[in-house]
Amino acid sequence: SVQARKEDKPQKAMEVNGLTPVPHSYDYDLIVIGGGSGGLAAAKEAAKYEKKVMVLDFVVPTPLGGSWGLGGTCVNVGCIPKKLMHQAALLGQALQDSRKFGWQFTEEVKHNWMTMTESVQNYIGSLNWGYRVALRDNKVTYENAYGEFVGPHTIKATNKKGVEKLYTAERFLIATGERPRYLGIPGDKEYCISSDDLFSLPYCPGKTLVVGASYVALECAGFLAGLGLDVTVMVRSILLRGFDQDMANKIGEYMKEHGVNFIREFVPIKVEQVEEGTPGRLKVTAKSTTGNQIIEEEYNTVLLAIGRDPCTRKIGLDKVGVNINEKTGKIPVNDEEQTNVPYIYAVGDILQDKLELTPVAIQAGRLLVRRLYAGATRKCDYVNVPTTVFTPLEYGACGYSEETAVEKFGEENIEVYHSHFWPLEWTVPSRDNNKCYAKIICNIPDNERVIGFHVLGPNAGEVTQGFAAAMKCGMTKEQLDSTVGIHPVCAEV
Amino acid sequence: GKNEYDLLVIGGGSGGLACAKEAAQFGRKVAVLDYVERSPQGTTWGLGGTCVNVGCIPKKLMHQAALLGSAIKDAQHYGWNIAQPVHHSWSVMAQAVQNYVKSLNWGHRVQLQDKKVKYFNMKGSFSDPHTVRGLTKAGKETIVTADNIVIATGGRPKYPTHIAGALEHGITSDDLFWLKESPGKTLPSFILYVSLECAGFLTGIGLDTTVMMRSIPLSGTNTFFSSQQQMASLVTEHMESYGTKFLKRCSPTKVEKLESNRLQVTWKNTDLGTEETDSFDTVMWAVGRAPDIKTLNLETAGVKTNSETGKIIVDAREATSVPHIYAVGDITEGRPELTPTAIAAGKLLAQRLFGQSSELMDYDNVPTTVFTPLEYGCVGLSEEAAVQCHGSDNVEVFHAYYKPLEFTVAERDATQCYVKMVCLREGEQRILGLHFIGPNAGEVIQGFALGIKCGATYPQVMKTVGIHPTCAEEVTKLHITKRSGLDATVTGC
Repeated sequence: SVQARKEDKPQKAMEVNGLTPVPHSYDYDLIVIGGGSGGLAAAKEAAKYEKKVMVLDFVVPTPLGGSWGLGGTCVNVGCIPKKLMHQAALLGQALQDSRKFGWQFTEEVKHNWMTMTESVQNYIGSLNWGYRVALRDNKVTYENAYGEFVGPHTIKATNKKGVEKLYTAERFLIATGERPRYLGIPGDKEYCISSDDLFSLPYCPGKTLVVGASYVALECAGFLAGLGLDVTVMVRSILLRGFDQDMANKIGEYMKEHGVNFIREFVPIKVEQVEEGTPGRLKVTAKSTTGNQIIEEEYNTVLLAIGRDPCTRKIGLDKVGVNINEKTGKIPVNDEEQTNVPYIYAVGDILQDKLELTPVAIQAGRLLVRRLYAGATRKCDYVNVPTTVFTPLEYGACGYSEETAVEKFGEENIEVYHSHFWPLEWTVPSRDNNKCYAKIICNIPDNERVIGFHVLGPNAGEVTQGFAAAMKCGMTKEQLDSTVGIHPVCAEV
Repeated sequence: GKNEYDLLVIGGGSGGLACAKEAAQFGRKVAVLDYVERSPQGTTWGLGGTCVNVGCIPKKLMHQAALLGSAIKDAQHYGWNIAQPVHHSWSVMAQAVQNYVKSLNWGHRVQLQDKKVKYFNMKGSFSDPHTVRGLTKAGKETIVTADNIVIATGGRPKYPTHIAGALEHGITSDDLFWLKESPGKTLPSFILYVSLECAGFLTGIGLDTTVMMRSIPLSGTNTFFSSQQQMASLVTEHMESYGTKFLKRCSPTKVEKLESNRLQVTWKNTDLGTEETDSFDTVMWAVGRAPDIKTLNLETAGVKTNSETGKIIVDAREATSVPHIYAVGDITEGRPELTPTAIAAGKLLAQRLFGQSSELMDYDNVPTTVFTPLEYGCVGLSEEAAVQCHGSDNVEVFHAYYKPLEFTVAERDATQCYVKMVCLREGEQRILGLHFIGPNAGEVIQGFALGIKCGATYPQVMKTVGIHPTCAEEVTKLHITKRSGLDATVTGC
């Protein structure tokens, strides 16, 4: 039923393996450790080729005791709840705009955290359920158990009650993803929350300190402020490391102008509880990174968003000889997502030097399985993967940042075309003239090929997607110029 | 030369102004004539043409007002405590929109001044091929001569003059956007995108709106939309569930004014063979637009028009039957009636006339969007056109019914959210057309239009990683064909 793609003509599994039939001595053809975006996509794909597949998924509770269902980070504590809460914040802005467009209400509109969170959690619950049904329908065995290697081709699964079972498989796919990092300072695990806790917090977080400058930190700070909360972001050095810094600064500026406080070049050294409660009151002590200055401030909630660490240290990788980067915990793989142990593969956020994105994990997982069981040869294309940061002013990007382009190709070979623009919908409510911005980076010697696309504005994700497809086709500046714009939309800029 | 100007542009709209300003960049002596004949209801406006004054701009702003109405409803689900229902004030909206349009009129005048383009607020008519007589409202005359002349007078709404009372009592889009008071219970008549867009936002701001259609949606002399049957049905289906009433296969026969100042409309129901009546506050005709050539005196200049449509016949260089007289925009035969194409054509024309360019306007694969409550964006061929052109055996249609994430918590019906890609079946599977119904359709389509300009193929789009979570990513995930007959409903995560 799925249209056969040219490169992926399905063949008999036997011919693919070029060996004797699948050994019956193993319990499964494939065991997937981790039921997130990458793991589930791979498992469902493998089941299509009539492989015997098991998925082990287990959520180690957060320091504050939080947990969630099947689906991984994206569904439970990532993309999905994030975007929904971002939408809630955008709707707050829409309410303000709507008065200028003639909608009449005089009262100041307040936001109810519980109403929103309940709706969001209900939706996530439906997704968890949907995944369980999908696995069942695809005849994939699912166990809510913690998987760890105990020997070659053998895994131990421990469920919530502590019951252990052993399973064997011909191949394994590690897709255990990551969890938020803690600061390692007094009070961090006892009193601070992370994104793992935020989306199901059973009380309004109130006055919040967000520690970090990652996209997670900025997105959370952004929507919390949009919902009317007093938000401060404490940044050690730069915003959005690894992203185009010109764009990162614009994002920061916009957030500042829209009520988010920034404390730059400080790190927390201590978190103490002043008063218990939901939320309580916390005192944060922070030290300057450039001098000896110490500051103190009280917040209801401290949200740590300083990075994520792969879940690779306690799954028995040493027992089977899988190499990991000792410093980062990430797993190096070849371009076929294979670890140094031939029958063990890995996809998703745990991979070294790859992008931490849901669609990348899904695509990598699916293509891997097609190569393993359907005779396909296509590898995951990690080049020109588009992404979007859902800050109050959204940022969509694909390809090189300006800095990396200059570094790789040389300043004289790069041309940057850019423009500020004012979305039509912002004119009537007199919002933010000249904040939206778009730029493309072209490689002059290569026919002025577009190698970087960046846009700051509403619906940045929707705008960027098509341009990413065009970049995949090798779009040049000339082709871009000759494409007629749709009017009036932001993307025509 | 003996002529006063290098270039005279008749018509200060999208095409005309773009051409004039571009020509001025080359240091040429340029003049623009712009004049707005009052509508039968007495409405008039400033410099900028249809798009700015009675088209795209006010339309999109009022569409936004309607969308914000939906946002207000959604907001409650996302936790915002706002008492429903919220009422809308037409006059607040109209004033805001009209003020913005006036600022654009002003902006255009300033731009012309800055670029040293001479502007005459006069109605032009040809005295001879190089001479145009300009008449002010007061009757003052000015003679202008030019080496090159560009006709860009656009079009004006048609009236169904065969219907008694149509002219006296009905309004058109020319008047709608300038109404100081609410149109109340409205009947936009016949189906063209103008009619649907207006009906859409009128419904969205809370007005009792009925669309009367003689036959099928989105048909008519504007062939641009005439062959998008499936998409047109989905759009109108959505509008019906949104609250717009449709009187299908009905033709008005007369419009009379009642003592209460309301309008009584009588129509024939061709299905039932009966005659029906109802009363409305406003009747709006959207039965098509006619090229504005009446007073131009084209015969004197020798410029040929299409006898059926009245539009000016041009070649690939935008030249009319008279070598030094050109035409761009809605007035030209066989071209899309869109602002961006007029602008692009106008600019390229100026570059060919006065720059060293020989680049012609490419009218292929022009993307566009209908801003109905659920927006419809498209680029390239419709399914019908593709099948007609290549044969159904050689065309593959990939499609999906998807649900925007933001609709979930808001409990909004996503039944008509749909995307389809029409491709060649063989070879590299080049994309012939892409169609998208959903929020922000214009933003979604724009980048893909670029891709299609680069010759994008189905495999290339499939190789493009999706941005998550967006609606646009659904395009990169299309895999179910119409041919398979399978259910095309896809789930998000």
